[in-house]
Amino acid sequence: MNPQKENTKTSTPKPKRKKIQFSKLYPDFLIDRDWDKCIKCKICIRECTYEAHGWDKKRETLTEDHVKCVGCHRCEAMCPTGAITIKKHPSAFREHDTWKPWFIKNVYKQADTGGVLLAATGCAIPFRNYWDHLVLDACQVTNPPIDPLREPMELRTYLGPKPDKLEVTLEDDKFQLQTKVGPWIKLEVPIMFAAMSYGAISLHVHQGLARAAKELGILYNTGEGGLHASLYKYGSNTIVQCASGRFGLHVDYLNAGVAIEIKIGQGAKPGIGGHLPGEKVTEEISKTRMIPVGSDAISPAPHHDIYSIEDLRGLIYALKEATEYKKLVFVKIAAVHNAPAIASGIVRAGADVVVLDGLRGGTGAAPTMFRDYVGIPIELALAAVDERLRQEGIRNQASLVVSGGIRCSADVVKAIALGADAVYIGTPALIAVGCTMCGHCFTGKCPWGIATNNPELIKRLDPETAFEKIYNLVHGWAHEIQELLGAMGLNSIESLRGNRDKLRAVGLNEVELKILGVKHAGE
Amino acid sequence: MEIFIPNKEQSGCGLSGIINRKGELIKGEVIIESICCQMERGNGLGAGYAAYGIYPDFAEYYCLHVMADTKQALKDVEEILAHKCYLVHQERIPTRATPGIVSPPRFWRYFVKPRYEGELREICEGTVDEDDYMVELVMFINKNISGAYVISSGRNMGAFKGVGFPDQIANFFRLEEYSAYIWTAHNRFPTNTPGWWGGAHPFTILDWSIVHNGEISSYGTNRRYLEMFGYHCTLLTDTEVVAYLLDLLIRRHGLPLELACMALAPPFWQEIDRMEEPDKSVCTAIRVVYGAAMLNGPFAILFAYNGGLVGLNDRVKLRPLVAAKKGDFYYMASEEAAIRAICPDPEEVWCPKAGEPVIVELEPNTIPNQRSYLRGEALRISAPICRFPSAEEDEEEE
Repeated sequence: MNPQKENTKTSTPKPKRKKIQFSKLYPDFLIDRDWDKCIKCKICIRECTYEAHGWDKKRETLTEDHVKCVGCHRCEAMCPTGAITIKKHPSAFREHDTWKPWFIKNVYKQADTGGVLLAATGCAIPFRNYWDHLVLDACQVTNPPIDPLREPMELRTYLGPKPDKLEVTLEDDKFQLQTKVGPWIKLEVPIMFAAMSYGAISLHVHQGLARAAKELGILYNTGEGGLHASLYKYGSNTIVQCASGRFGLHVDYLNAGVAIEIKIGQGAKPGIGGHLPGEKVTEEISKTRMIPVGSDAISPAPHHDIYSIEDLRGLIYALKEATEYKKLVFVKIAAVHNAPAIASGIVRAGADVVVLDGLRGGTGAAPTMFRDYVGIPIELALAAVDERLRQEGIRNQASLVVSGGIRCSADVVKAIALGADAVYIGTPALIAVGCTMCGHCFTGKCPWGIATNNPELIKRLDPETAFEKIYNLVHGWAHEIQELLGAMGLNSIESLRGNRDKLRAVGLNEVELKILGVKHAGE
Repeated sequence: MEIFIPNKEQSGCGLSGIINRKGELIKGEVIIESICCQMERGNGLGAGYAAYGIYPDFAEYYCLHVMADTKQALKDVEEILAHKCYLVHQERIPTRATPGIVSPPRFWRYFVKPRYEGELREICEGTVDEDDYMVELVMFINKNISGAYVISSGRNMGAFKGVGFPDQIANFFRLEEYSAYIWTAHNRFPTNTPGWWGGAHPFTILDWSIVHNGEISSYGTNRRYLEMFGYHCTLLTDTEVVAYLLDLLIRRHGLPLELACMALAPPFWQEIDRMEEPDKSVCTAIRVVYGAAMLNGPFAILFAYNGGLVGLNDRVKLRPLVAAKKGDFYYMASEEAAIRAICPDPEEVWCPKAGEPVIVELEPNTIPNQRSYLRGEALRISAPICRFPSAEEDEEEE
């Protein structure tokens, strides 16, 4: 791997020098074991996939290697006597506002390995979170709030291009539609599950997502991992993805869902591709992705048949031709500086749905520098894209879906008020099935059985539990959205869409207000 | 004069409207009596009237009622009109000093055609449709001339409105001197902002006039939708969007009136799911394509045009609306008392259901430039009450 390393080995005849690993000296977490409670049952050893817990045969006692602990809390959760607490390691560097431990430790890591820093989850830098600076309206006196438990409260959303106007004729006293409309996708809740590939996450999670999508009347997205044979039956709730690696892509796959998503970019790592290490390519994954067992699955940074907007148009229509114009084509991009112009081009290229994935979008593996510093926050991108498409009079030609950093139902409501048709959620669905955001998905050792395909580990999360948890989460959010709508005096989600009058900002500057198209609280 | 610069206002108000299907003219006193019966529904911060058939001598010309704060604003408007229109007649709208009406703005009316006639015609070329031309002109004046507002712009009709109680406004504009075949009236109770003359109802564009009781919670969505089609909301009041939505849906998109009403107050999905084809796909398409035109929040509106009067409630009926009929006269008002004040013995009185429009059109060929937006001969002649889907189906559902 490291040429310098090898050089030193070969050129120096001296005995092997023990190399110091600075990054192994300062742990992030402390495994705090209460010896009064511990019964030495060794469950912690079995549960920890990172081997942070050990057994000292001589002394017949448990040991901890704090450096190996990633903070997943699996041992803590599974300990039958509650003896374990995972804490932030108290060992501290001298306080310094520039050289925070994060940067010091990253330098150690790279000095030890010479590699690229790798991370998971989404952007960890505390850039301003605009959702947290937006507040919602409610009715008082002049307009009665509506109780969704008593009155109809509609969240149904249709995705797809909508004509400027409808033409009807009267035949036998009945109106007949003359304008050709659709295909449209019907969502009972304006929330979908974002692309997470089989390979990145376990088959059980995929099964849970698919079933939850079906029961909720929404959609899930296969990601770039192809579609496992057991999931074809959920086709009416499936979006299949066509990314730059084209893994698992064949005509039956394209026809399996209700929509095809062309993934140009991802909010967590705009401008780069993906990499599923060969170790994770098991027999089942190899079949689904149509690649040999054990081979790395590398998705290139660009699609090698899309070097321009007209190439994108070519692919959109190739996919539409292949599916006889029965499926919607989504185009997903990472939110970057020039997102409004790009989105406009995508709509004009014939996409039915534009997906914007923001700076805080999740991932199972991304270079840390990309995860943290490339792309723009979704709130600003969404507001700018919606406004631009309206100015150009093409907002109705495509739906707008946003993702990246949506954490609760109020975020969904705010996104729709800013102009989104629907949102994608990824991370919340994983947290719903037990993810603790330890950020080590790329190791394939997920102790919670989520981001792994180790046959032993995936048993830790069965598809039934995954389904129930994910279903419950969206069910709860849907009800909260209904309550928030009712409080605003609206009984249908389309009256919230783009209704920025329902938002007020707290503590934003004029430029931000202008981009968001929102007034400050008190105005 | 006092003009406050308000934010969007919300109101709870009184409405009244009358139409004679044979086009028989109704004296101004009648509508004044009806709206004044609902005095408690207003607070003196706004009242207004729309009258149809009041300018028979200039029936072919668009009549612009212009409200201006200053002489200069009026001059600016005249300058634009001189360039863009053929102006046949202009005059100050007759008013009289009325106790309680303090420093009113100037009101003038201009009778115009959108093109120069004869050899100068080419100056105004580039627009095919005269109505579109007038809409653009009105938008231009409202947006660009500070202190001047076009408060009505239809043929053979006009709006009279201002800050005051309905009796004061009627007296101020000398409305007893006018006779019309359709009248609508409004008594305003603004709750959030002080009233101003431009914010009083009715709101108009071309011959569409709207009076409204309620609050349009979907205003933000509706406004941004209309902006995509070149309508700019300048009067800062939620009702304005209704006028523009009607113009867009009915006149420009050519939707039948029943379907336009459905777009504004559509059936719930649970109702649509139970419908049969072709109604189901029509309703679904209306909701999907015109979702941003839906008026959400409590409202009762009366809207009129050269040829008809329509009453419509929001889809859960959060504001009152009563309709009545006697002979060729049809009445709609917030309260039954307002109808009985001018028609003590109606043949029929009913409360329209939520989202169910009451559509009354003149008999065909009654007036010049008559417009009809109902589809189907049968519907137009026999049924004063129409709804899509038809009434029989509703009963089945219940």
